[in-house]
Amino acid sequence: MAIRKPPAKPTSSPRSAYVLGGNRIPFARSGGAYAHASNQDMLTAALEGLVARYGLQGEQIGEVAAGAVLKHSRDFNLTRESVLGSSLAATTPAYDVQQACATGLETVVSLTNKIRLGQLESAIAGGVDTTSDAPIAVSDRLRRTLLDLSRARSVGQKLAAASRIRPKDLAPAAPRTDELRTRLSMGEHQAITTAQWGITREAQDELALASHQRLAAAWDAGFFDDLVTPYRGQTVDGNLRRDSSLEKLASLAPTFGLTIDAPATMTAGNSTPLTDGASTVLLGSSDWAAEHGLTPLAAVVDAEAGAVDFVHGEDGLLMAPVFAVPRLLARHGLTLNDLDLVEIHEAFAATVLSTLAAWESDEFGRTRLGLPGAFGTVDRARLNVHGSSLAAGHPFAATGGRIVATIAKELHLRKERDGGTPRALISVCAAGGLGLTAILEAA
Amino acid sequence: MANPITTTLSARLSGLLGFSPAVPLVRWAPGRPLVDGKVLVLGTGADADALAALLSGDPATPDAAGDEVLDGWGLDVYRHATPDEQYAAVVVVLTDLDHPDELHEPMLATASTLKRLTRGGRVVTVSRAATADDAPAVAAARQGVDAVVRTIAKESRGGSTANGVVLTGTLPVTAPSVVGGLRFLLSTRAAFVHGQLLAVDTEAGALPADWDRPLEGRVAVVTGAARGIGAAIARTLARDGATVVAVDVPAAGEQLSTVANEVRGTALQLDITADDAGARILAHALARHGRLDVVVHNAGITRDKLFANMSEAQWDAVIAVNLAAQLRINEALLVSGDFTDAPRIVSISSTTGFAGNRGQANYAATKGGVIGMVRATAPLLEPFGGTANAVAPGFIETEMTAKMPAVTRQVARQLNSLQQGGLPVDVAEAVSFLASPQAGGIVGRTLRVCGQNVVGA
Repeated sequence: MAIRKPPAKPTSSPRSAYVLGGNRIPFARSGGAYAHASNQDMLTAALEGLVARYGLQGEQIGEVAAGAVLKHSRDFNLTRESVLGSSLAATTPAYDVQQACATGLETVVSLTNKIRLGQLESAIAGGVDTTSDAPIAVSDRLRRTLLDLSRARSVGQKLAAASRIRPKDLAPAAPRTDELRTRLSMGEHQAITTAQWGITREAQDELALASHQRLAAAWDAGFFDDLVTPYRGQTVDGNLRRDSSLEKLASLAPTFGLTIDAPATMTAGNSTPLTDGASTVLLGSSDWAAEHGLTPLAAVVDAEAGAVDFVHGEDGLLMAPVFAVPRLLARHGLTLNDLDLVEIHEAFAATVLSTLAAWESDEFGRTRLGLPGAFGTVDRARLNVHGSSLAAGHPFAATGGRIVATIAKELHLRKERDGGTPRALISVCAAGGLGLTAILEAA
Repeated sequence: MANPITTTLSARLSGLLGFSPAVPLVRWAPGRPLVDGKVLVLGTGADADALAALLSGDPATPDAAGDEVLDGWGLDVYRHATPDEQYAAVVVVLTDLDHPDELHEPMLATASTLKRLTRGGRVVTVSRAATADDAPAVAAARQGVDAVVRTIAKESRGGSTANGVVLTGTLPVTAPSVVGGLRFLLSTRAAFVHGQLLAVDTEAGALPADWDRPLEGRVAVVTGAARGIGAAIARTLARDGATVVAVDVPAAGEQLSTVANEVRGTALQLDITADDAGARILAHALARHGRLDVVVHNAGITRDKLFANMSEAQWDAVIAVNLAAQLRINEALLVSGDFTDAPRIVSISSTTGFAGNRGQANYAATKGGVIGMVRATAPLLEPFGGTANAVAPGFIETEMTAKMPAVTRQVARQLNSLQQGGLPVDVAEAVSFLASPQAGGIVGRTLRVCGQNVVGA
């Protein structure tokens, strides 16, 4: 495989686009507090909390972009409908985005690009997902038959179409998280990658424990007081396990990789659970922020998407960021050591650890990344400092907004405390072998 | 309240307990008249004349020279009690009393109007505070007025109220807070204020440009704004023109954001017991709204237990939230230099703060504490044209009181002269008045909103 060269940094610098704040609802375990909330209900709730926090009632925002991974067909205009149900001005435009688990981050990237270009002064990015209120469709065969039936004109044609319906066609089709081309679940894919990189059970459990401990500490410190608004009685992230321990994590039976020729190491404890939730991020130019008495938290500097050929190639399904991040950093003349904070979405503990292992591999750096040696090492003290998806849960499209708002606040606090311009990397893997990465700088 | 089943139950229970049915109180809304009917102004001195002129005058524009003139209120004012006439309000001006004998004429004239007051009618006296420096006859006359007001309140019918404005020293009746206090007590904003004597201490304060939006341009913080009385205060302050910062604990964030969006303010999720709560409130108000003028300390909790059985945790939690947090926030604001443009602190006390209450030693300490706190805080704000006062609600219909046992609740409702519970908005109206520019001359007082509750009166 040819090594992709990073695109050159643009010569003319557009103006900066900033993260001004965020709001999400606490993430809840599937079937929990939000069991009867729709994607639109949750996205509207997250927007309403944002409007209340920043006094945006009746405000016409430049554009709102959000999306969901699991989406009912009726929700083709999910974001616009949520805006109409919110206290924002009804004249606020909106559009839906769908890029698997990168959806949330992609809304931030595309909207900040529009702000940078001067097309927008303000924007709200977001995402939402529910596995509790997932769309259930009729089977493909029944759908085709019903459509034929609707097109049939004569009684004979109608009878012929109707006669093709078989009892097995009536079984509802639930949404699949399996990869369409490999028929393997994401967990099974990661299990292959986990074995490939020799990631141990202990290392995964340690990462999971750190995620819970750090998220709990952030909640206890009131860090989320201005990032989260409770919803339907859920006041903290429902997946957070304050009493988690290495012993408890070690006692869990593996759930993925049971059929491959390697030790099964991935459990419910070191994999993200099915989660319901929604997040939003308020974005704007410095002028718009000043007009509204808001303090920019961080600038969204740049982003890089990537993809791997997980069907035919040797790279794991969730390894696209391994390639995208070196390109992104090279464009800015940066190395991993130049990053003060690193957010790697914890789809599975093993995803994060496989990513780090690839970057630490001399051979991988030389042969796959086209570098003189290993890409580098991430200081664990800088990695997912307030916990990530293993503890918070992972409502697919809502994860990007959670990470961006959390890390933007942290960057701003660090700049206020220590001076300088702290910098953060965000890396999100996604289904289909996709990855999206971004750099934020404290404002 | 509006529920027909509970209303019927209340009525039956009330009947069984031997109480007469309560008369629904008339409450204010923008566009409603100040007084709906004839107004009788009793008294013969210059003060009575001045107030009669104010009440009857046209809603005036500034005079030719552009000087400020007292806007008239355009009321239908009469100066002599006519037998068989029905009045909506009786204003009894008693500021020039020298001897109890002089009470004869105005008091008997007042008495002659009481049977025919309109529903929700008003009796408001304007008098001077009796002090030890007064001649004995003067002090006797003045002190006597207070008890007559309370008696009229106890005899009142049809949702009518009786209250008084009490002037300190030689304060003119045209002082902003005398005028403002009189207007508040005459209005339906004071529907549940009954049997109270509102003291006016100084000539400070200013009449608002628009009586319907006295808080225009002011930024107000309301703690405990997610529910009940706090939410009503947020709505009322916003209705009266203020930009509201709605504060409550993070766990109450969902309702808080609903209130903030309704009043077009901002929500600030904050534990007021945090050491830096005052600084965070101020920073939020300044950054988002450019200023901070009014702080309403409404957040409060109860941890009821007979005192002999009360735990350390129950005592400490109530003190921390209901009193210590307010003191710390006030201190932060006072030293900031950013709370200096006629600032207002309004704190929520309780009738328990006067009378104590079985099972509420901790709560009583804080609600009594608030009365002392505002008395001592107001003088610190006076150099900036500011003041601090408190509102002491009696029985108010809230989610909290809805959880009381039915019989206990019904008895509690009846323990006042209006024979009903007040609504959160009744407390909010008093808070909004004390937050207004026209209340600047009311210094460190506690106004009861209790329907003349027998508790601690």
